Amino acid sequence: MMVWINAIVQGLLLGGLYALFSCGLSLMFGVMRFVNLAHGDFAVLSAYVAYVLVEHLGGTPLWTFAIVIPASALVGFMLQRLLLDRALIGGELSPLLVTFGLSILIENLLQQGFGANNESLFVGSLSYDSWKINNSIYLGRLQVIVFGIAVLLIASLQLFLSRSRPGRNMRATADNRRAASLSGVNERRVRATATAIALATVAVGGLFLAMRTSFTPTSGSNDLIFAFEAVIIGGLGNLWGTLLGGLILGVAQTVGSQINPADGILAGHLVFLAILAYRPQGIIASRYAVS
Amino acid sequence: MSTTRPESFASVRRYSASSLGGLGVAGAVLVVLALLPSLVGESIVNRLTQLFALLILAVGWNLLAGYGGMVSIGQQAFLGLSSYAVLYLSLHGVLAWWGVPLAILFAGLVSVPISFLAFRLRGSFFAIGTWVIADVCLLVVAQIETLGGGAGASLNDLNGYDPTTVDNVTYWVGLAIVAATLAGCALLLRSRLGLALVSIRDDERAAEATGVNVARTKRIVYVLSAAICAGAGALLILENLEVQPDSTFSVQYSAFMIFMVLVGGIGTFEGPIVGAIVFFALQQWLASYGVWYLIILGAVAVIVTLWLPKGIWGTIDPNNRRSLVPLRHRVRLLQKADSQHQREVIQSP
Amino acid sequence: MTLLRLERVTAHYGHLQALDELSLSLDEGATLAVIGANGAGKSTLLSLVSGELRPSQGRVYLNDEDITKVEPYRRVNLGIALVPEGRHLFSTLTVEENLLVGAASRRQGRWNIDAVYDVFPFIKQRRNVRAALLSGGEQQAVAIGRALMSNPALLLLDEVSLGLAPVIVRDLYVALRQVTEGGTTLLLVEQDLTEALNIASHVLCLLEGRVALSGSPQDLDQTQVVNAYFGRHAAPPEANSPS
Repeated sequence: MMVWINAIVQGLLLGGLYALFSCGLSLMFGVMRFVNLAHGDFAVLSAYVAYVLVEHLGGTPLWTFAIVIPASALVGFMLQRLLLDRALIGGELSPLLVTFGLSILIENLLQQGFGANNESLFVGSLSYDSWKINNSIYLGRLQVIVFGIAVLLIASLQLFLSRSRPGRNMRATADNRRAASLSGVNERRVRATATAIALATVAVGGLFLAMRTSFTPTSGSNDLIFAFEAVIIGGLGNLWGTLLGGLILGVAQTVGSQINPADGILAGHLVFLAILAYRPQGIIASRYAVS
Repeated sequence: MSTTRPESFASVRRYSASSLGGLGVAGAVLVVLALLPSLVGESIVNRLTQLFALLILAVGWNLLAGYGGMVSIGQQAFLGLSSYAVLYLSLHGVLAWWGVPLAILFAGLVSVPISFLAFRLRGSFFAIGTWVIADVCLLVVAQIETLGGGAGASLNDLNGYDPTTVDNVTYWVGLAIVAATLAGCALLLRSRLGLALVSIRDDERAAEATGVNVARTKRIVYVLSAAICAGAGALLILENLEVQPDSTFSVQYSAFMIFMVLVGGIGTFEGPIVGAIVFFALQQWLASYGVWYLIILGAVAVIVTLWLPKGIWGTIDPNNRRSLVPLRHRVRLLQKADSQHQREVIQSP
Repeated sequence: MTLLRLERVTAHYGHLQALDELSLSLDEGATLAVIGANGAGKSTLLSLVSGELRPSQGRVYLNDEDITKVEPYRRVNLGIALVPEGRHLFSTLTVEENLLVGAASRRQGRWNIDAVYDVFPFIKQRRNVRAALLSGGEQQAVAIGRALMSNPALLLLDEVSLGLAPVIVRDLYVALRQVTEGGTTLLLVEQDLTEALNIASHVLCLLEGRVALSGSPQDLDQTQVVNAYFGRHAAPPEANSPS
């Protein structure tokens, strides 16, 4: 019995990590109606950058946050301005094809540069320190920190969107693009900001994932899929929904693993498909219809 | 109420000079290709078989994305299911070559319930959704120990035959699938369904308003595309004589499909053919450079989408005038409309 | 003082010509009503001024500055605000948020959120309601208010009366009169001829992309206006007979 409770607890903690991956996806889709298929690959890219920084400058990977996160935001901003804005003009298929091409490009460049090995960011004792609840339930310190940061980040993002001027402009642009530009909102800046936020948050996720387990050049694909599943399960158009979706996905995976170690990811997929079949609008159905 | 009805004032032609020429050339090429194994060596035959597989995938993906407007990065699901179906059938006494049509049928049937799930999503989410579904197929198949599980399995059915014969028959199977696919697509696009498809691509709501059953049309296209990719899958297992979940269901196939169709010219009939040839040449040329050819693939996909969105064929023939295949309706006015007819006279009863 | 000037602008939608070498000068403080049948080019004219459409020929000047190539959101900064046809509110945002977005350009002036509530008191009590839940008249008020928040020198209005009951339209025009009294220049496209002629200091009637009639409402008589509107140059035809 305790084993199952532990699985659920671990799943919730994992879900926090997934929420980090998915909130950026959710935001970009809300503002621009498209999904960056290279989203997960940017998480992996950040991990590799951190890895290189630590290799050359030593110390605990934790300090790399200070460089990688702002850098990711900048990259996101420029990516949108220089590349993705162009893709948006091209029609519906265009952003998908461009970002898919980008994904292939990044994954294989990383493979060329670093090989296909598993890498990890070692954070010393933080990796395995845990609080013991009882004989079956352990709360990993790193896991809890990640969960806490995930909730904090989503809350901040939500606050940004609902209370701040640029956040309000972003919501306006997501709601009615034409009216936003007629009201004097600089659409280009709004879009670039959304992508900057998306890449920064996914970088946080990528770094934490790298500390938690390992990463390879192609692990970005899975990150994308999990982020996407979390968004769909939770429901579009709502950041708290995305958090919930992440939690549900995490629990599905850990419980699935408990049943059969190889079945964790599959269990997550099956829950996703079930939601798709029976409640496609997601748990917290919002204004954005999916089909 | 009476209205004067104008005489038949236009004729509709289904063929043009270029398309008749194209058909002629296609026929000739088919004959030459069929006779090829008796003329050239094994390595050319094998390489052409690889090209056939690529061509089939390109045509299949183009049908779905270029004509159907649905970008899928999960067609490898049907490729893999078909490959494994051939394996399964061979383990149960069906010779691999006979297994091919059955495998295609199987994958086509499976695509129907899958379409109901996938169609819950649109646009980018549809794309990722198809990928998830392909991943599920991968994971499920990897659990089946009798089919090799995670390590994969070999197709041993054909071991008793002379290797050259095996290669040649595989080649002809490939050629047959290519011919059937191309002919099938041409006929489809000439038909009412084809017209419906193009109208949906242009404006879905308008199409719906003129009575096109959008959902059903899209589903038919999805299933056909799945069947075509299944054809490639069946061919691939005949070529490679082995399967392994990670490589057979690899998303890399989607990358190839996208590249071929983008470069060749999305939404045109000739585009995927051109794209497949270009990709094949690239593959051969860059074979010794390892991962670099994938990097170039990705870069080219980005560049082509942004700066050459019509691809090679689309740029050569942007208004579809020089189509090598008779797909269009050409309307010619036979007489100037009588000025009398410009004012419809409606008398009260 | 000339605020807006259009010099021989020609506009196309693809191959379709919507405006043909139109020139006009609009003085500060004036209220110009543009009328005409559907397809005459009225909305096209507004699109050229708001920046959503580029002219295929000709130039647009604001305060003698060439703004022909300036993007819509920048024109808001320069003092042009459009209230688009169909309102186009941010349906998921509240009334107050809609108004606040209107101030995105940060232009200073007499219009702030309280001033807008003064002119449209009936939306004040709905300030925290999501825009999608408002009535047509309330939505139109919010749309106008949102445009006012940018303190425009030139306010463009596209078919304010569309889909609204006459009594509501009348109230809106009362508010608009207050706006003009504050010195804002108005350029409005309107199907409701009564209200249009009432508020305007000048009238422009478009037909097939060209000016068919121009003058102040007092100087024009009804027959002139109707003829220009429908493109008639003579008396209406006799009862129908087959040709």
